[in-house]
Amino acid sequence: MAELTFREAVAAGIAQEMERDPTVYFIGEDVAAAGGVFKATVGLLDKFGAERVRDTPISEQAIVGAAMGAAMTGLRPIVEIMFSDFLATCWDMIANQVAKTRYMTDGQVSLPLVIRTANGGGSRFGAQHSQSLENWAMAVPGLKVVAPSTPADAKGLLAAAIRDPDPVLFFEQKSLYGIKGEVPDGEHVEKLGTARVLREGKHCTIVALAAMVPRALAAAGELDSLGIDATVVDVRSLVPLDTRTILREVRKTGRLFTVEENPRLCGWGAEIVSIAAEECFDDLDGPMVRITTPHVPLPAAQPMEDEAMPTVARIVDTVKRAMR
Amino acid sequence: MGPDDKTRLKLYQLMVELRDFEQRAYDVFMENLIKGTSHLALGQEAIAAGFAVAMRKDDYTFCTYRGHGHTLARGASMAAAMGELLGRSNGMLHGKGGSMHLTDVTRGAMGSYAIVGAHMPIAAGAAWSAQVRKSGQVAVCFFGDGTTNIGAFHETLNLAVVWKLPVVFVCENNRYMEYTPIESVTAVEHPAADRAAAYGLEAILVDGNDADVMYETASRTIARARSGEGPSLVEALTYRHGGHSRGDPASYRPKEEVREWMSRDPIKQYRERLASGGIDEAMLRKIDDDARQKVDLATEEARNAPPARIEDIESQVWSDGGSAWRN
Repeated sequence: MAELTFREAVAAGIAQEMERDPTVYFIGEDVAAAGGVFKATVGLLDKFGAERVRDTPISEQAIVGAAMGAAMTGLRPIVEIMFSDFLATCWDMIANQVAKTRYMTDGQVSLPLVIRTANGGGSRFGAQHSQSLENWAMAVPGLKVVAPSTPADAKGLLAAAIRDPDPVLFFEQKSLYGIKGEVPDGEHVEKLGTARVLREGKHCTIVALAAMVPRALAAAGELDSLGIDATVVDVRSLVPLDTRTILREVRKTGRLFTVEENPRLCGWGAEIVSIAAEECFDDLDGPMVRITTPHVPLPAAQPMEDEAMPTVARIVDTVKRAMR
Repeated sequence: MGPDDKTRLKLYQLMVELRDFEQRAYDVFMENLIKGTSHLALGQEAIAAGFAVAMRKDDYTFCTYRGHGHTLARGASMAAAMGELLGRSNGMLHGKGGSMHLTDVTRGAMGSYAIVGAHMPIAAGAAWSAQVRKSGQVAVCFFGDGTTNIGAFHETLNLAVVWKLPVVFVCENNRYMEYTPIESVTAVEHPAADRAAAYGLEAILVDGNDADVMYETASRTIARARSGEGPSLVEALTYRHGGHSRGDPASYRPKEEVREWMSRDPIKQYRERLASGGIDEAMLRKIDDDARQKVDLATEEARNAPPARIEDIESQVWSDGGSAWRN
């Protein structure tokens, strides 16, 4: 095991797959010579050369469109969209073209491509560089949606996304780039569509994603000292969604809390709550509760942004009051 | 000079086939057998034929929702195209795409795209793939004059030139973006050719109703792409004989203008040229008859096919053939 930062793990995941498969190419803005604005792709240009690791103009439609055309014709491109907020500038490519073309042609083409993007808040960047948009992608049939919470998963899930024969949107929560964690040595590939139980408790189940996972774990620690023993599940992949693991853990404790960075309406937790309501209602001992960012654009100033996103204190408080 | 007789007959045959198919699609539409919408390319056949005849078998075509002709020109099945228009199980996309999305990857017809401009970067991407795979393939991307005012047009031209991609962009300027005259919403007179300089490209403005001109333009630009010299942007002047889509009588077009362009019908003109160039009238008539018969057979096959299968609704979202989003 080596200790890597999240950003080093991203680069390691890309490097592992580029070494293994000569059809993997990587393009994006500032990704080659500069190593990415979040330094998550440092060293790739030197290692794989300017043909396979390539800087693009600020042209998100052209970047995603080019990746799609290349994926249709024999490459496995990875693209970086610098901030997930910029997905809005190429949403036609993603939602109309990448997501639908396989279906509309009844399987004539496959689109093995990965769109990596820095997602989420906590960096004081304001509302156009801080959104948590994985739920946009989740709403479009034809896209797989992955969001890791640890360096090990950043590498292993990214490798799995690159090997996947279908388009994957890979959301890297930007406040996680600096965290450190153990990453298995040698080839490391995870499986898409698998949630992970990080902590097993008796009283309630807290389901979280990406940067909300460490907060859910911290909250579970505090709840423990208050006599509430919480299970924590890292969803990891929204599409495919590991409902088997999530529902199993909900049934065990009879209580479900979701911790979502998305603004309130139509966050991924709403889907999970709705599935639980349909499929394990009889196992529930109380209301299911969603802990989210309020339905506002994310403000920039530190105290405002910190308070808007689900905090450890808010998770603890919400669970405590609901469990009373 | 110009193409040899064999090539000319091929060009003529293709144009006649595309014309008859589109005319039949219109007739079938009027019988209310085709639902939804459809965008016919009646009058624009010389562009599709000129390029298709000049392309190598493994080259890529990307076209728009006005794409029946471009798809058929690559050799895709007429019965499968008509079946798709009719929503039948024999359809090219088994009913999942419809008129605006005809695709036959086995023929290099890489898709018809229904969001204006979207296929331009996708075509560039296929060209990028051909470039790095060193396959020698060229991508040809057809689009309308209206596309020149959308962002993807500019993003793509810039990237294609910077990366020197083997792609030919072909603007079919039929003078109207949907219902609006293109010049009334465009900063320059020639929406594509006048912008070529902005990307360091030669301005290529040609008669899109002349099959010989289109074949030669195609041959030249494709050769340039194939030899590694990079992309071209062609503006071909043409005219659609009908409206933008189903139910558009195109009454916004001045009668004089319509009359003038109808007199420059690419097929009528070309037939006269071939006849006066010594091609036997009987040979041309046989091409006309064969095309009609081919369309008749395709229409018959499509009409007799069962409707698209309900069982297919949830298939082929993913590469495993299914659509599962959860376990």
